[in-house]
Amino acid sequence: MAKRSLSVSLRQTGPIPLDVDFACDPGDVLAIFGPSGSGKTTILRAIAGLYRPTQASVRSGAETWTDTAAATFAPPHRRAVGFVFQEYALFPHLTAAGNVIAALGHRPRAERQTRAEALLNLVHLAGKMSQRPHELSGGERQRVALARALAREPAVLLLDEPFAAVDRTVRRRLQDEIDGLRRTLDIPLVLVTHDFEDVVRLATHVLILEQGRTVASGPVTALMSRPDLSWLREAVGLGTVFDAIVARTLPGRGLVELTFDGGALLAAHRDVTMGTRVRVRIPAREVILATREPEGLSLHNVLSGTISTIHADPAFDHVIVQIAVGRVLLLAEVTRDTIGRLDLVIGKHVHALIKSVSVDLLTVQTGHSTNGR
Amino acid sequence: MMDWRALNVSLSLGIGTVVLLLPCGVWLGHALAARRFRGKSFVEALVAVPLILPPTVLGFYLLVAFGSRSPLGAAFESIAGQALAFSFPGLLLASAIANIPFVVQPIQRGFEAIPPDVRDAAACCGLTPWQRFLRIEVPLAWPSILTAAILTFAHTLGEFGVVLMVGGNLPGETRTLSVAIYDRMQAFDDRGAGIMAATLLVIAVVTLTATTMLSRRAGPRRG
Repeated sequence: MAKRSLSVSLRQTGPIPLDVDFACDPGDVLAIFGPSGSGKTTILRAIAGLYRPTQASVRSGAETWTDTAAATFAPPHRRAVGFVFQEYALFPHLTAAGNVIAALGHRPRAERQTRAEALLNLVHLAGKMSQRPHELSGGERQRVALARALAREPAVLLLDEPFAAVDRTVRRRLQDEIDGLRRTLDIPLVLVTHDFEDVVRLATHVLILEQGRTVASGPVTALMSRPDLSWLREAVGLGTVFDAIVARTLPGRGLVELTFDGGALLAAHRDVTMGTRVRVRIPAREVILATREPEGLSLHNVLSGTISTIHADPAFDHVIVQIAVGRVLLLAEVTRDTIGRLDLVIGKHVHALIKSVSVDLLTVQTGHSTNGR
Repeated sequence: MMDWRALNVSLSLGIGTVVLLLPCGVWLGHALAARRFRGKSFVEALVAVPLILPPTVLGFYLLVAFGSRSPLGAAFESIAGQALAFSFPGLLLASAIANIPFVVQPIQRGFEAIPPDVRDAAACCGLTPWQRFLRIEVPLAWPSILTAAILTFAHTLGEFGVVLMVGGNLPGETRTLSVAIYDRMQAFDDRGAGIMAATLLVIAVVTLTATTMLSRRAGPRRG
């Protein structure tokens, strides 16, 4: 299968207002984030051909799926789309394997059973082949839906609120599995969510939607380093997000050493193997600033950098300081008093102090051999 | 005593009506549930007309339409060489028309009960509209289709007004069991009427029991 990027442009004034343009490359995860009613699901439906906006263009690689200007509209069954619906939408009269086989129409009949088994294996449902949806738990239904979506060998995978209906532990595990799939599938993945945790954990890119319009978009790490997004501050609290590699594990001390574009960092964590890529999140509230390198402290991490932005939003008591540490833009939330006391100005050299327990490791992949996490 | 020929006419009419009407009912019920088109409300109203019209009124209009002076009646006569009115084929057609709501409405509800996401998911699985219909929608609406078939059969056995108006009372041709019962009562043959009434009662109970059992067996398939 040739690598195909997805490019989407949708515009209409009603009944659901839409005004978005975006693209998603193979291997990337674009999260469409916004409150309910902002038009997120409509965007997915428009990509799949289940909805036809007034003005739309949807392209997958060289194929045009929708182009209202040229009156082109491929029906959903002619689009190589994998769609995981919010309530899974499994076929209740078919078994787990039957649900997957339904999407294997493009394969020779003799291959379908084996292929369905392989796909259900991939989502860790080997023992549930002949169960019907009502005999499965929420998380298991979700996996069947995922296997069914992958069965078609889609050129784009669409996920509508994939974790809304499962509990926290299952959620974590599914997020890790989807993150693993992203790495192996190499197709564009578009995810709709109203929970920013999903964005931070899974997405490479994010599009913030409000009443059908793009409010902000870009790579997650860049967006999370912006000090001026007040909605983000209210929704999740600010925090820097960046990717790092596990350079060393120190099991005796309960720590791992991470390297990133800007230095090294110790995080309190045990269950990671060396060499894995991890996503790191450091809440802005947990970062302490010092103008001189301190001594005799219990904390592990002292990162040096220069102040790149100081953002004081009148709506908030605290000030957000952005520090360039190598290529990572670290955010620190401090009081107005601190700014004056330490004489913090743009360009000043500072030290950011971070406890190893404040470093969150988000998507932790322990390789392909494990089942579950 | 028992009028076996009347029983035969009744059962043939019941089965014939189901066979004739069910494919049309599945098609129309699906169209009304799944599609949006202009004049849909009018079609729905038209489907329900036999439900509210007195059987004698419906029978009257059908009789007029079947007569040799109407285009339909004349066409049938020239093809089949016999009149449509007061014949079994005419009775069958009248019965099918009178039963349209009993077939279409439950089937339409059955298709409507399929969640829209399930339909959409089928399309996203690469299934063509025809494959979606056969492999997803019909199996999911199956209990409703079965209910419609059995209701129609039972209702045809009991139909009286339309039968009498369109079919008359020709032994072995258009005299159904329910008409035969009326006939016997008129002739003060209480015993004969009683036997035939009991026969209809047994058939009704058996079909309804079968419906309940079958729909219960089909029930757990829906998750």
